[in-house]
Parts: sequence; C-alpha cells; structure tokens
Amino acid sequence: MLQISLWKRALIVLLCLAALVYATPNLFYDRVERHNDAVLAMEAGQDTPELQAERSLWPDWAPSYLINLGLDLRGGAHLLAEVHVSDVYADRIDALWPEVRDLLLNERAIVGGVRRMPSDDPGVLIIAVSNADGLDHAFEIVQSLSRPMQTLTGIGQQDLEITRDQSQIRITLSEAERLATDDRTMAQSLEIIRRRVDEVGTREPTILRQGTDRILIQVPGIGSADELKALIGTTARLTFHPVIGTTRDPNETAGLRQVIHPSADDEGQFYILEQTPVVTGEQLVDAQPDFDQNGRPAVSFRFNPAGARAFGLYTAENIGSPFAIVLDDKVISAPVIQSHIPGGSGIITGRFSVEESTNLAVLLRAGALPAQMTFLEERTIGPELGQDSIDAGKIAAVVAMSLVLVYMVLSYGLFGMFANIALLFNVAMIFAILSLIGGTLTLPGIAGIVLTIGMAVDANVLIFERIREELRTARGTARAIELGYEKAMSAIVDANITTFITAAILFALGSGPVRGFSITLGLGIITSVFAALFVARLILVIWYQHRRPKTITI
Amino acid sequence: MRLKLVPDQTNINFMGPWRITFGLSALLMVLSTVVFFAVGLNFGIDFQGGTSIRTQGTQAIDVGSYRDAITPLNLGDVSISEVFDPTYAADQHVATVRIQSIGDAESVTPEVLAQVEAALVGVDPTLTFTSVESVGPKVSGELVQEAIIAVIAALCSVLIYIWLRFEWQFALGAVAALLHDIILTIGVFSILQIKFDLAIIAALLTIVGYSLNDTVVVFDRVRENLIKFKKRTLEDVLNLSLNETLSRTLMTSVTTLIALIALFVLGGDVIRGFVFAMIWGVLVGTWSSVYVAAVIVKRLGVRRDLGKGGDKPGTQFATAP
Repeated sequence: MLQISLWKRALIVLLCLAALVYATPNLFYDRVERHNDAVLAMEAGQDTPELQAERSLWPDWAPSYLINLGLDLRGGAHLLAEVHVSDVYADRIDALWPEVRDLLLNERAIVGGVRRMPSDDPGVLIIAVSNADGLDHAFEIVQSLSRPMQTLTGIGQQDLEITRDQSQIRITLSEAERLATDDRTMAQSLEIIRRRVDEVGTREPTILRQGTDRILIQVPGIGSADELKALIGTTARLTFHPVIGTTRDPNETAGLRQVIHPSADDEGQFYILEQTPVVTGEQLVDAQPDFDQNGRPAVSFRFNPAGARAFGLYTAENIGSPFAIVLDDKVISAPVIQSHIPGGSGIITGRFSVEESTNLAVLLRAGALPAQMTFLEERTIGPELGQDSIDAGKIAAVVAMSLVLVYMVLSYGLFGMFANIALLFNVAMIFAILSLIGGTLTLPGIAGIVLTIGMAVDANVLIFERIREELRTARGTARAIELGYEKAMSAIVDANITTFITAAILFALGSGPVRGFSITLGLGIITSVFAALFVARLILVIWYQHRRPKTITI
Repeated sequence: MRLKLVPDQTNINFMGPWRITFGLSALLMVLSTVVFFAVGLNFGIDFQGGTSIRTQGTQAIDVGSYRDAITPLNLGDVSISEVFDPTYAADQHVATVRIQSIGDAESVTPEVLAQVEAALVGVDPTLTFTSVESVGPKVSGELVQEAIIAVIAALCSVLIYIWLRFEWQFALGAVAALLHDIILTIGVFSILQIKFDLAIIAALLTIVGYSLNDTVVVFDRVRENLIKFKKRTLEDVLNLSLNETLSRTLMTSVTTLIALIALFVLGGDVIRGFVFAMIWGVLVGTWSSVYVAAVIVKRLGVRRDLGKGGDKPGTQFATAP
C-alpha cells in the first residue's frame, strides 16, 4: 500500500493538473464566455474590432470549456409543449376526400351520387353513395387508394384502413400509418421550433422530444415564457385564397369547397373564400420585415419559382378581384389585385406593430408547424434571481469549504492537510469534468457540490480512523497505514456504490433540476473516491518516504 | 492536540436500551404517518399544478393589499406569502403568489398572467416578477408518479445490492432504516408545512444515499467483527462495531452538517427547503443506522457459520451468500 509505481504517480499528478487547467476557465466565467461568443461569431464570418477585443479577453490557446448554467441560474424560459399529432390525421383525411370524390364521380353510372357524411372523429372519412347496389363497387374503388407502407416499421401494412357497413364506407389511417405520421409530425415540429428559436439567436437553446408527443424547450436569456410561446406556439400557416365574398354572419353556409374565415383586425368581419389556396407559405423562400408605401410595418416575401408561376398566373387572370392573405385561419388582409405580379414577390400589410411584423417574418421564414401545440408546463426565471442564487451559492460553497478544511486540520493535523489538498483537487475535478462533458449546473447542483464537499472527506475519515485504530495495536507506523487503507477499503467501496446507485436512479428517472443534481452528486462520488484513494494517498506516501517517521500522530 | 468528538475507546451499550430507542423511532414514524394523513404535505406546483409568481419590490409587503388586488380577478384559490431571507438587501421585499390551476391540461394563459401582474403592479409600482412558473395538472400528476417510482426504485436496488454484499437480514435492516428516514422526513415536512416540490424528492433520495452510506459502514464493521470474534454474542459484536465506528460516524456527520448549515444560512431562500430536508436527513440517517438498522439485524439474528473461506475483509468483492 505504501508503494506507488512511478507511472501511477505520474498519472495521478497529470490528472490533477488537467483538472486544475480545465476547471480554471470557470473562475473567469464572464470573460471566457465573451471570448467564446466572439470566436463563434468570427467563425460565422463576422469580423469587427469589437469582436477582436472580446476575443482577446481570453487567450485562444487556453482551454475554454465552461459549465453550462441551468435556467434557474442564468434566467430564461422553459416550456413543455404537447403536439396535437392527431390534427395531422384530420388534414390527411380531408386531403383524401377530393380524391375519393373524383374517383367515384367517374363511376357515377354505377354508384350514383357521392356524399361525405358528418363524422364525430375528424380523422375518419365517411362516405355514402345514393345507389345502394353500387356500394360494393364503390368499396372496391376506394380500396385501390390504399397503398402499402413505405417505412421500415410498417412493411407489409397498408396506409389506409377501409371498412364498410350496409350503407357507408369508412376510411381512416391505419395504426402503422398513424405511428409513422406521428413521427414525421414530431420531427417536423422539432425542426421548425429549432429554426424559429435559432432565428432570434439566443444562446444554447435546448429543444428535445420527450415521449411520444411532447417537446421540451429551454431557452436561456429570453425574457419570459410568454415571449417564447408567441414565437413557437403560432402555427404560422400562410395561404393565399381567392375571395368569393364578405359577410358579417359567421354561421352563413358556405358553398361547396368554400370556407369562412374571420378577419384578423376587423371584429365581426368574415370572408368567404375558395377552400383550395392558390399558393401556400410552403412555397416561400424569404420573408423580411418591411414597411409599406405609407410607412406602416409590413412583411415582404418572395416565392420559389413554382409559387411565383402560380401566383403570377392567378394575378394576371384576376385583375380587379380581391385576394385574401390568410394566416392560421384568419384573414390578415384582402387587397384587390391591381396588376399582374410576375416576379413572385409581394408585401403583406395589416395592422402590425414593428415587433409583430418582425415576428411574422421570422415565422414565415422558418415555416409552418404541422400541428397545434398546447403548453403543459412553463417556467420563467428572471436573470436577477439566477444571479442572486449564483452569488448565494458561491458564498455558501466557499464558507462550507473553509469550515470543512479547518475542521479536518483540527481533527487530523497533518493528515487532515493531506485530505484537504485532495478535497481541493476533488472540487477542481468536478468542475473540470462538468465543463468537459458540457454538463449543466443547476441550483440543486450547487447544493450537490456543497454536499459533496461535506461528504467527500468521508473516505479519508474512514481511512484515518482505521489507521488510528491500527496504531493502537502498534505494529509499526508503515504497517498501520497499510492496514488502515486495506481494511477501510471494503467500507469505502460499499458505501460509495450504494450512494452511486441512488444518484444513477435520480439520473435515469428524474428530469430538469433533479437530473442536474444527480449528475453533480454522481460525479462527486467518483471524484471523491479517486481523491481519497489516489491523491491523498500519494501525498501521504511521498511524505512518509521522505520523513520515515518512527511515530505518527493522527 | 487533536479535536476529538469521542474518546479513543468507548464502550457505550447501544443495543441495551433498544426497546426505548426503537420504540421512539416507531412512535415518530406513526406520528409522521398520522400527520401526513391528517394535515398533508404542502405540495408545490410541481405536484399539484398551478402557477407560482415570485415578486420583488422595494416597498414593504402588505399581503392583504395584494390579496385585495387579485381577488376581483376571480381566479379561485390564491395564496400569497412573503419570503424572508437574511441574504436580502434592506429594501428587497420578496413574495410568492400562488394560483390554483384552472382548466385541465394547459398551464396558464398569458392573459391571466398579464392581469395578475398588472393588478400587483397597481399595488406596488416597483414590483418586478423574478420568476413565473406554471405547471398544468396533466404534467403534475405524472411528476408525482415519477417521484414515487424513483423512490421505490432506489429502495429496491439498495435492497438487492446489500443483500448481495451482506446478508438478507442486513438488507432488511438497511431498507427499514431508509423507510424510517423517508417517513420521518415526510412527517417533518407535513408538520412544518414546508413546500414539497421536485427538488425535495431529490433531497429525499440523497438522504437515502447518505443514510445508506452510514449504515453500510457500520455493517461492514459488523461483518468483519463477526468473523473475528466468533465466540461473542451478536449483541456484543454489534455494540463493539458501533463503538468502533462511532468516531467516524460523528466525524462524517459533522463535516456534512457544517457544509449543509453553511448552505442553509447563506444559500438563499430558493433552496432552503431542499437544504433543510438534507440536514434533517443527515440527523435521522445517523440515528437510524444505529437504532433502526442495527437493531433489526439483532432481532433477525445472523447465521454465524458464514464468512469462512477466502472472505478476507478489504479484498472481497460482490460475493453472493
């Protein structure tokens, strides 16, 4: 136990030095962070004297990994959203109806008239034919619409589930197709949320899928959860429709393939529109906040070639008729087409504030969400509160540390000093590892570190107490130290493994701040065992070999 | 001269008055259970759903006028409490306003939030809202479930590990001690009505970890002494082991408590409940390793013919009995 081979010594010293080096940037958090931001900005192609100055706050060659501060420390917004994945089923089914109708109309001689029946579940399409004898034939035709699934998990299955009874045919998405659709919806939603959040350019947002239909969004530095909700909660489905007429009665029955949408600005005003849009937001390539000729905020946009062609054709043919710009089922404006618009670009006017037009441009650029979302959980932490918590945590950690250091020296003298040096390296290691793995420090995480400071000495206490006991049976100091380590080992191993198990369970089952806490706790256990069994022991061994003391007091 | 909490040699009869100590623990557990069912925990929004707004202003807080401002909004059950903390500046006045959840799934509408904030600013124009948290009832129900699962999973895995490393009597003793700690912690939270939220679950599990640490160290020594002193009774061996580890038990408890008390006093009010749970846990955890875990091992008895062969303390590893 008192022999440590040279390569082990070198390794221990190296690890300790590495811990110090990688923990250091956290002492200069603000400087390093500004340096890192500047480096990122310069990599993105910007280069200004200010950025140069920011960059020079921290040398390029030095490690610049930092611990991420959790929302409760930095301030920011946290949202848990549930995506209404079943919205998409209804969309798919609605899109199917014209196809079914057209197919059956070709067979009018056999099946007679075709009607879409009201359905309780918007994800189910119910069709009735007027000629009851033709139902068999209609059923066969409709079945031809179902295609085999293309995805890996759905192989061998059809995408539509088509059933019939005496008078009706029911069409719905098959289970496999629903699952595949859910996955696509979630992937799309994640992508679009990410694009929207990136557009406003905040630092390190966390956007994660949770479970089947939930998305967790954490954005540090944003003012409030409401702001974030406005940004990501809007579906932003933009469509351009021909206007049939206007009405003030929202219950007026619209004609075939027509819809009624309210006006966004004018309470009580409704527009009757052609259901099929001329062009949609999917065909936009760019949108920018702008001002109209009267200086009011507006959004200018540009279509891709296909959209531009459709838009150009339509405007050329319908000069003088009104044209509705619809965002999320509300008519933003319905200008009259003054002339042919060939270039595929235009401007949306409405009663916008500058902020709204900027937001709308962001939303249009990022694209529409495939489905609506509701927010199950939202938290906003102000930056001041976070800073208060950091300050309080720092003071508490320093005081806790100093008290423990003094207490250890009082109890164990020189050996206490050895344990203290190990404790300092232990804390450095926790910070270094958290920085390297990009871990997040939360408020409970700080508590975890302070607790580790208290508990970290436990392994050394076990050893020292054991050495004391062995010294009493007096078989020489070297032997006592050796036995102390040997006999304390099983207690150290068992005690730390059981604590580590609880940390692991917290990590696996916990979420948010609890998880942050489990990481610091688990890391603390590993590093404290390392510090006691290797660092403190190495110091002890070096001291012992130099001094060769006849007696030791511990 | 060294600071020593206990003399080198102690000979305290820990096991002797076990009826009194174990009885006290049992009584406290019953009391905690009764209080828990009679009064209940003061659940935070994590577990109950609702909205919690933290306000900060420079004017002294009059809870009554806050209430008067919010009552006309008809938001149902609203609770307002002022937060005190020694770390605050003189003109820093903090309160939390809690609104029960309305509706079924959604957390809170921006309109309601804006109304509440406007009403409060009407009372004190200097108010800022340093944090706003809102949890829908759908999620809070799941969080309760997750928390219970986490605690049970921790207990089960500990049971299995100690069973593998020691014997089943030890595993039962350790888990009984942990249950004791958890029940007493829930009891004290019910009595003092400290807010019980997700972070407290983390604290509970840490208590489990700490108490276990303590129990395992004692058990480790019992295991060693059972082999060393084959002739002595189990009660003697337990007493001897507890006395031998007493110095370490107190030493570690004190260093941990020093760190926790520093955090309790200086760490700010946001985590005070969390730290309180841990301080309490260290106290009851230390108590329970001696007076619950060891007592149960004594009552259950241990087979003494085990541990022959290559079971050298210090070098053994995961040898299943």
